[in-house]
Amino acid sequence: MSTPRLVEVRKNVLKQNDVIARALRERFCRESVFVVSLVSSPGAGKTAFLETTLMLLRENYRVAALVGDLATENDAVRLARSQAPVKQITTGTLCHLEAAMVQTALEGWDTGKLDFLFIENVGNLVCPSSYDLGENLRLVLMSVTEGEDKPLKYPTIFNSADVAVITKMDLAAAVEFNETAALANIQAVRPGMKVFEISAKSGQGMEDYFNYLAACQDDLKAMEQVESKS
Amino acid sequence: MHELSIAMSIVDMAEEEARMRNAKIAAVHLRLGLLSGVVKDALLSCYGMACTGTPLEGSKLLIEEVPVEIFCAACQAPRVLSSMQWFCCPECGTPSAAVVHGKELEVSALEIEQ
Repeated sequence: MSTPRLVEVRKNVLKQNDVIARALRERFCRESVFVVSLVSSPGAGKTAFLETTLMLLRENYRVAALVGDLATENDAVRLARSQAPVKQITTGTLCHLEAAMVQTALEGWDTGKLDFLFIENVGNLVCPSSYDLGENLRLVLMSVTEGEDKPLKYPTIFNSADVAVITKMDLAAAVEFNETAALANIQAVRPGMKVFEISAKSGQGMEDYFNYLAACQDDLKAMEQVESKS
Repeated sequence: MHELSIAMSIVDMAEEEARMRNAKIAAVHLRLGLLSGVVKDALLSCYGMACTGTPLEGSKLLIEEVPVEIFCAACQAPRVLSSMQWFCCPECGTPSAAVVHGKELEVSALEIEQ
């Protein structure tokens, strides 16, 4: 047998996902819908946070959500209480969402009629970090009950996200949450990262977060206007 | 644990290259960044499974790990991180979120037998 020959290839393994994600991002941008994805460990409070977000943002914006879970439609049922359009993506045994699942879930939806689309990923701090979903903003959530060193244990997901949200702040005193340590740990793995400290239950910090989202949506609209003129 | 689906994507990609070149693949070279979210050992153990029943069966997966490199604005130079828990320039200590390398998940080369 001949000796093996080495040929250079240089191909991204996740190319297929990235191509779909890029197409989604272009579509969202064209339609001026600002897309926010949420990642966290199971139980960090993504759904409660999203429920409050949908409920309150609905007053001034057109909002919708996709929620990923391994099984059950429970989260979609819960979020539907906000009256916003919600669709569940059931992944079976898959531990993360991929761009193609978002694309399929959006079939039949006129996303051009939305201001915000939220995508709640499967509760997992490892796998979702590798997959671009075409979102404009990725939020990583950690709750005060999880321990201040979460960012140090999962630097990759914090690095793939744009903004960190510390949830369940209403429990901070009860669990002796060390805010200084948590913020320092976030900055250690992602220098300059914006952080919101919130409680979906008490409403603490939610206004700052909404103002931030509103500014993001304004920027997107302004960008689209500039592009459509050119 | 998404390494099996990653391994299957690698096999699909290599299979297509093999078909195009009408060749047999002896080994796949992969560049794996420490920030890619993929674990080397898990990927290696899934690879054999993903190859079963495909033309890649019996081929090797050779992984080159790519360290995390940031760009230090103070030094005006790329620097390799000394720790994944400290995104700061190892020379001057300036924090940096500008990741230059470390997210790679790329098939870099194939060893083929014609």
